[in-house]
Amino acid sequence: MKYLTEYRNLEATQKVLEQIQKAVTRPWNIMEICGGQTHSLVRNGLLDLLPEGIQMIHGPGCPVCVTPMELIDLAVTLMERGVILCSFGDMVRVPGSGLSLQEAKSKGGDLRILYSPLEAVRIARENPEREVVFFAVGFETTAPANALSVLQAEKEGLSNYSILVSHVLVPPAMEGILGDPFCAIDGFLGAGHVCAIMGYSQYHPIAAKYKIPIVITGFEPLDLAEGIYKAVLQLEKGEYRVENQYKRAVTEAGNLAAQKVIHQVFEIGDRQWRGIGSIPNSGYVLRPQYRGYDAAERFQLEEKGDTENGECMAGAILTGQKKPHECPHFGKKCTPRNPLGAPMVSSEGACAAYYHFASTT
Amino acid sequence: MSPKPNLPDSIQLAHGSGGLMTRELLDEIVFTTFKNPYLEQKHDGAIVPLTGPVVISTDSFVVSPIFFRGGDIGELAVNGTVNDVAMCGGIPRYLSLGFIIEEGLLTTDFLKIVESIKRAADAAGVQVVTGDTKVVESGKGDKIFINTTGIGSPHPNGQIAMERIAEGDQILVSGPIAAHGMAILSEREGLEFESEIQSDTTNLNHLVDDLLKAFGGAIHLFRDPTRGGVSGVCSEIAQDSGRGVLLRETDFPIHHQVAAACEILGLDPLYVANEGILCAVVDGAVAPEVLAFMQAHPKGSGSACIGSIVPDHPGKVVMESSIGGKRIVTPLIGEQLPRIC
Repeated sequence: MKYLTEYRNLEATQKVLEQIQKAVTRPWNIMEICGGQTHSLVRNGLLDLLPEGIQMIHGPGCPVCVTPMELIDLAVTLMERGVILCSFGDMVRVPGSGLSLQEAKSKGGDLRILYSPLEAVRIARENPEREVVFFAVGFETTAPANALSVLQAEKEGLSNYSILVSHVLVPPAMEGILGDPFCAIDGFLGAGHVCAIMGYSQYHPIAAKYKIPIVITGFEPLDLAEGIYKAVLQLEKGEYRVENQYKRAVTEAGNLAAQKVIHQVFEIGDRQWRGIGSIPNSGYVLRPQYRGYDAAERFQLEEKGDTENGECMAGAILTGQKKPHECPHFGKKCTPRNPLGAPMVSSEGACAAYYHFASTT
Repeated sequence: MSPKPNLPDSIQLAHGSGGLMTRELLDEIVFTTFKNPYLEQKHDGAIVPLTGPVVISTDSFVVSPIFFRGGDIGELAVNGTVNDVAMCGGIPRYLSLGFIIEEGLLTTDFLKIVESIKRAADAAGVQVVTGDTKVVESGKGDKIFINTTGIGSPHPNGQIAMERIAEGDQILVSGPIAAHGMAILSEREGLEFESEIQSDTTNLNHLVDDLLKAFGGAIHLFRDPTRGGVSGVCSEIAQDSGRGVLLRETDFPIHHQVAAACEILGLDPLYVANEGILCAVVDGAVAPEVLAFMQAHPKGSGSACIGSIVPDHPGKVVMESSIGGKRIVTPLIGEQLPRIC
């Protein structure tokens, strides 16, 4: 597969790993933002191949993990009210305070697992007598398609389509982490796919303000090795700037057409992050003229407040303060089958990555 | 239009009533297709010749869609059970066949499925000797469900047992992985994508028979990696034998299109279902010979060695990645779900 196999190449990756080894003179803590990067690091066994001093800290970039539990509860309520709830597959096993979406389905709820929100618009078109809601979660990567679904529903005059929005943004989360006085992160691997949409100009001020290197990085093992190498070189030289490792997908300006669609439908607003709390201006909400497509308003859903399971240390995991295996419940009371929190279920959650792929010894 | 003048266009509740319409359906489609002396006994069951120990396996088939690229539910229902008997080191001989039909199924579709069952049974060399037909109300089923039970005798050369797995054994697969699951997924509502991926559904009993004739006791275990995929089988091997399994990611045979579809959908091919390949754990000393034999066999041309039984990490499956790293392979928990981004 072009653009994949060459980035999973043994010799090329080993060469970069040797370069990292040569460049490192002291320990560095590097955070990969995106859960997809975490999984690739663990799945490919890359963590064990890095020089000892390089500590990878797993970041908050798992959209499923940071979606507040109360949103899942609201989605379950919608299913109980007879709505066709459409969702990405990742969300369906995440525990709510009562049921997960999957459990609500087994009790008779109508849940459709989709790859694209435009499919949900089709379902709305084909079921004019039913209300159809798409569970619009994710970072900047899923925002364009979710926004497009609203525009498409508007264009078709569909009155039975709405979205339950829980969109979050990467830069405010990075600032949240960096603003913590105990933050021990020396450098970032930026989330490649988020930057493919948004570009990376908004990261320059963060690199400058916090004097921290940010390397926009892809997801294959060679990408990650290169991203780490670039970060290490900057750190060793005392530099801090934004670099782009993922040139085959990311430009400085990003995907302007996608950004236009996002800004047409959404505006910046405060967001709750599961396990982290409220971060100002950290997400998207529907613009006033599209509020008619807001499922929470349409169904007058009341948020019940945070009902998080106290045993789950998702916040510490998501901000990189703890590694999954440092949680006393990891692999014992908390498994993908009986998760205490979202990072154990999501395909991008750090706990799930460690549970499925790590600890070969 | 109905393919048979005495039958309506679609299956009705009365076709499962046990009365005249059931009789018509069976006579027109089932008995005429499977015609054999055991069915003609017209007992409530069948009396069949079989001596010594019996190998028996049962399976139910609920696949949706019922027709897919590379096969249909009928063919699957035969191959699935035939293969389960074969994986025990058995020679499958007879099949029972139970239908649960949702009213409204087109009679032409039912006929197509029955004919497909007949073709698959003939290819595998098994006879359908008894059966049952029930019809449920519209909305209470999903077009058609099929249950088959296979009966046969143990192969005289077979010594298939988990306890026989030993350090140094090699793990072989008889063809490219993940084709069936991806063929089905590519036709599911909401996930349709254009591809030419075909299900790999086929019988494996002849391959098993030929392998046992040629290598007998050197073959320690057969498993077909259906639901749960190759990772499921390897996890079973590690857990049940208490030995370590080491797999090499780059040695897995996989069709280009299947690999690409898995990438796009964010699925791991190790967990995707297969319906026409087997995993064999064989004595390391003869493994190269067994592999060459499989590759020369019509049902095993895509065979490859994917790993081995090792003294390290007992009870666990470890995979060497393409970049030389290692990771643990866990069995599938719940359904494999598509990723968000």
